Amino acid sequence: MAISTDKNSYTVIFAAVMVVVVGSILAFLASALRPNIKENERFEKQQNILYAMGVNENGDDAGSVNFIPTDVVEDEFASYIKEQLVIQGDQITQDDEAYLIDLKKQLANIKKGEDYKLPVFIGEKDGKKFYIIPMYGKGLWDAIWGFIALDNTMTVQGVYFDHKGETPGLGANIKMRYFMDDFKGETILKGTQYAGIDVAKGNNDPLNNTKDDNEVDALAGATITGNGVSAMIRETVKLYKPYLETIRAK
Amino acid sequence: MALLSKKDTNLITDPLADNNPITIQVLGICSALAITAELKASLVMAISVMFVLGAGNVVISLMRNIIPSKIRIIVQLIVVATLVIIVDQVLKAFAYELSKTLAVFVGLIITNCIIMGRFEAFALANGPWRSFLDGIGNSLGYGVILVIVGFFRELLGSGTLFGIPVLGDPIAKTGLYATGYENNGFMIIPPAALIVVGIIIWVQRSRNPALVEEN
Repeated sequence: MAISTDKNSYTVIFAAVMVVVVGSILAFLASALRPNIKENERFEKQQNILYAMGVNENGDDAGSVNFIPTDVVEDEFASYIKEQLVIQGDQITQDDEAYLIDLKKQLANIKKGEDYKLPVFIGEKDGKKFYIIPMYGKGLWDAIWGFIALDNTMTVQGVYFDHKGETPGLGANIKMRYFMDDFKGETILKGTQYAGIDVAKGNNDPLNNTKDDNEVDALAGATITGNGVSAMIRETVKLYKPYLETIRAK
Repeated sequence: MALLSKKDTNLITDPLADNNPITIQVLGICSALAITAELKASLVMAISVMFVLGAGNVVISLMRNIIPSKIRIIVQLIVVATLVIIVDQVLKAFAYELSKTLAVFVGLIITNCIIMGRFEAFALANGPWRSFLDGIGNSLGYGVILVIVGFFRELLGSGTLFGIPVLGDPIAKTGLYATGYENNGFMIIPPAALIVVGIIIWVQRSRNPALVEEN
């Protein structure tokens, strides 16, 4: 017997059944995979933080981005990151899980005028101290984020950028090594003022030889993503300025 | 007996030439513009679409007799979205690196008109095996154009292929750049894809005048 698929009642029942079936499949999948996904995200954060301070498996050639492998990242993270701090108003406390703080939520709290926490990670490599600060901002299509590693002269030691949905081949190139490497050696200070680093189209310095101009060369075809990166760095520097002032060598 | 009959073979080969989804059916143009600045992105997108369209066509074909015609588009959309999300979640759990690479494509796949177009035009009226072949054929046809466009845009726009410099170093002026050659920045931006696709359409129709529409 053929069912009449044109009847309204059939349509409604079909839609209801479909929603329930699809909903259960997805809900089941999401809860079954959550532990794995959470762990992967945790490892990724550790890899990103270490990458910014120069602990990675990059070769000497300006090739691709290579993180510390996931199976050793936890140990490496524990050995390189000496302190994890949480800044809350005037209070600075230690918290070994500070790297799990979701900066997006904290920035939303700032907007709402509520209390917020700002994490800072202090790493040590070859006797040198790195202050690694998380960043979060907007690109062309969606969120962009990253980490910036500074020393006590406010010189950038390394950065890591990532994005949710920038255009492949254009804005997505902010996570390419040639772009991130350009930030190394730049300073976030302009004179004695905190400025940031601009992704500039007209800086006429494609090899990035000038390190004190607060500018790096922009990516072709990615103006808005580049502006987003500039804004993200500027906002982060503004936010962390009181803390940076305490660690800055004068 | 051959694995594929003549008719089945045509399902795969037609979209590669005379019934190409991009140049003849004019479907999937949006993603062809968006992600072809690099050859690698083109290839990743082509493979992802092949998977989703192959699997989606089979699912829709199996459901074709029970889908109420009034809400068939919504049902199709749910099927694509579910497939893509399942793949995305599984990759996130077991192949995190790969999922990061593919994340930006997820939205593009769900809204790709080729997928909806083939569900609507083929899978709703044909059996699962033929729908599967149709899905593979159309995604191949789509992929071929994507790769051709990606090849020219990356080569002329950045002087690289798969990110590897093939024309020399534009900053140190080696290789071809020593002769005064410059990368064409226009090739990087989306309008260049329209022009490359346009040239492909032009070449294809000059070779086969039967494809030219009367107006």
